Amino acid sequence: MSNSNLTHSTPLLEVQNITKQFPGVKALNRVSLTLNKGEVLAVIGENGAGKSTLMKILAGVQTPDSGTLLINGNKVPILNVEEALNHGIALIHQELNLSENLDIAANIYLGREPTTCGIINQKQTYIESEKHLKQVGLKLSPHTLVGNLTVGQQQMVEIAKALSIKARILIMDEPTSSLSLHESEALFSVIRELKAQGVSIIYISHRLGEVNELADRVVVLRDGENAGDLDRDSISHDQMVQMMVGRAVSQFFPHTSHEPGEVVLEVKHLRTPANPKHQISFALKRNEIVGISGLVGAGRTELMQVLFGIDALRSGSISVNGQQIHIQSSKDAIKAGLALVPEDRKLQGLILEMAVRENMSLASVSRDQGPLGIINFLKERNLTAEMISALNIKTPNDRQIVQFLSGGNQQKVVLGKWLAMHPAVLLLDEPTRGVDVGAKEEIYHLMVELASKGMAILFVSSDLEEILGISDRVLVMHEGQLTGELSREDMSEEAIMQLATGQTHKTVVT
Amino acid sequence: MKKVLGILILLIVVCFVTAVSNENFFSAYNMQNVIRLTSLFGIISIGVAFVIISGGIDLSIGSVICLVGSLLPYLLVEHGFSVPAALLLVGTISIAIGLFHGLLITKLKLQPFVVTLCGLLIYRGIARGITQDETQGFGTAYKGLRYLATGKIDLPFIEGFKLPVPFLIMLGLAIVAAFFLNKTIFGRYLKAIGNNEAAARYSGIKTDRVVIMSYVICSFLAGVGGVLFALDINSVQPEGIGNFYELYAIAAAVLGGCSIRGGEGSILGVVIGAALMRVLRNSITMLGIPSQLEFAIIGVVILIGVITDELVKRYAIQRRATQQAKQNAE
Repeated sequence: MSNSNLTHSTPLLEVQNITKQFPGVKALNRVSLTLNKGEVLAVIGENGAGKSTLMKILAGVQTPDSGTLLINGNKVPILNVEEALNHGIALIHQELNLSENLDIAANIYLGREPTTCGIINQKQTYIESEKHLKQVGLKLSPHTLVGNLTVGQQQMVEIAKALSIKARILIMDEPTSSLSLHESEALFSVIRELKAQGVSIIYISHRLGEVNELADRVVVLRDGENAGDLDRDSISHDQMVQMMVGRAVSQFFPHTSHEPGEVVLEVKHLRTPANPKHQISFALKRNEIVGISGLVGAGRTELMQVLFGIDALRSGSISVNGQQIHIQSSKDAIKAGLALVPEDRKLQGLILEMAVRENMSLASVSRDQGPLGIINFLKERNLTAEMISALNIKTPNDRQIVQFLSGGNQQKVVLGKWLAMHPAVLLLDEPTRGVDVGAKEEIYHLMVELASKGMAILFVSSDLEEILGISDRVLVMHEGQLTGELSREDMSEEAIMQLATGQTHKTVVT
Repeated sequence: MKKVLGILILLIVVCFVTAVSNENFFSAYNMQNVIRLTSLFGIISIGVAFVIISGGIDLSIGSVICLVGSLLPYLLVEHGFSVPAALLLVGTISIAIGLFHGLLITKLKLQPFVVTLCGLLIYRGIARGITQDETQGFGTAYKGLRYLATGKIDLPFIEGFKLPVPFLIMLGLAIVAAFFLNKTIFGRYLKAIGNNEAAARYSGIKTDRVVIMSYVICSFLAGVGGVLFALDINSVQPEGIGNFYELYAIAAAVLGGCSIRGGEGSILGVVIGAALMRVLRNSITMLGIPSQLEFAIIGVVILIGVITDELVKRYAIQRRATQQAKQNAE
């Protein structure tokens, strides 16, 4: 703490004008940031703003196209993973990278086991590991199998691992995305402890409440560019959101409330194979936009997949327009009037190697087929042209391979594929993940427009701003259970987080 | 067409080089031979192309050829089956084999490599067991049936050259195959599954059915090949017939632009690939290269073809990305 003023003159780490291009999208465009010793620097931005790419570059996982790195004021060449570690830069990924079949010590020393004559010096790893576990406040034996730990504990093991390589800069990518409130609190106190020891932390999060609580400084990215910095004194929720989306919040989310119509989708006592212990019941009406919120791993995607027939339901019933349907494949779900824009666009939503036209018609091509299964190419072309103009898809032509489109345009192709089927219920799983701000706004407007025309929309999102911004109602899930429902009037970040972390209103002590 | 161009040029170059060194290469007799064999191998290559496009592989083709090729004369000559009955039975067997492969691969989620590798062992074993490893043949009978494989048709305007009948069979099958692959939803689904099975499933496609269908087509065409090969050589040794033919078929499909990762391929390319394989073997004899080197040369040529293809593809992707970057910047 005492030396922090001293080092402020030369920052520990300086990143200047980093640019990184991926096929079809400029992930980073001349992005700069500085990090001081013993500082918690929050990097925030919408999905696809470039936060993760920037962090991967710092940790040497990805190579930038251009830009400069300075450590302690000295210019260093662009790093690879090993060099980054040598400089004391450690990245804790959003998805933890531990081997569940190994114990804590083996994970901490994985790949750099201390050896004598080629034999692993087990004893030393256990002694050292124990020391680092203490540092992160984990009261566990280093002999414990990682597979037996909770996600929060695994995260602490990752941090212990970073400490064991004497990390001076710890980068945490959405560390609380799958933690309970209690585990998050534990993480925050470890972060404060590390900061006091002079470790610098780059903290990436969507949760603006956390950022407010932890950060000494905030760097905001928007569409791969610097959108501004905030000092400790000027950090506020509204200020952060405004910088992230580039305008006042009320303008960005086009919410208009509609009078909900009759029930379209009714789910009763549904048990999913992923969470067979809990029963889920809810109803979705015409003209309604309902958000599903929850932490990573809360069972939201699994619910969507059961509704769409990707996974079989364990028990319970699904009715569409008052008629119970038996969904055994996605084809049945489509027939019943459902459509799903899946979570992972590249793995589940698109055939990346195929053209816009072929992707757009993938669901409707069988409906429009001629005799002998001949593709109706004319209909396919017309449909694609119609969707390209209706959804404002930026593509040179309809034969463009979708791989080369930007994330936002790719997502619009997936949307177009399903709009061609005129679904009664549109299921969207993280509809704006990896989508630039402009396309995001268009997707929100589209959702509102579709709802106003009578479609029922159910969407999963990990982005609280988005949930708060456009939902008429929100369902909150926690560990496979539907823990609550909030009307638009009752919605707030706090209320959702309480339900999402499994706390009922009564048990919360303020 | 662009994709086929590379291999077409390679085929022309090999033909040209051979023809320059040995004038007999373009003789009617040699051409008829090359075209007949290209057609027979072309048929089985078209079959495996379907499986490869779906993202799978079939190693059992040679053994299916052996089973069908041994059974046909065995049923006709030793057991007095009528021609339609024998053809119907071997046809049914080959379709059943494809169905069996497809079901194991989709419903039990076994790996195509393993399933068809077992098939490779099983079907030849069955053929050898049934026939007691004795050579099967039609003798001098079944002239009409054998016309399918050995027949030649006079062409107007071209003197001396007669078109082998198998070419017409292959041509017909190729046209049907190309139609299915490019004009029907089956072909569209097949390519979609080969590229990204999950996305196809999320689009409401019953992926299992399409994959099973591809194995049925493959085994059925292997069966057709088995019938024609048996009729062609008239002396079927269960121990030897069709050995390694699956590898020739796969090589032809890959040369013709089918990615082993699945999702792409063209029937025209596969036929040209099959032609290249045959012409290479023929050239080796024509050029007087010791036949012991045959496999080495074929291997090297395929490797060069695949490497060139990969480099060209990378270059194209890179160029596309930079073009896109420019567009974005504007």
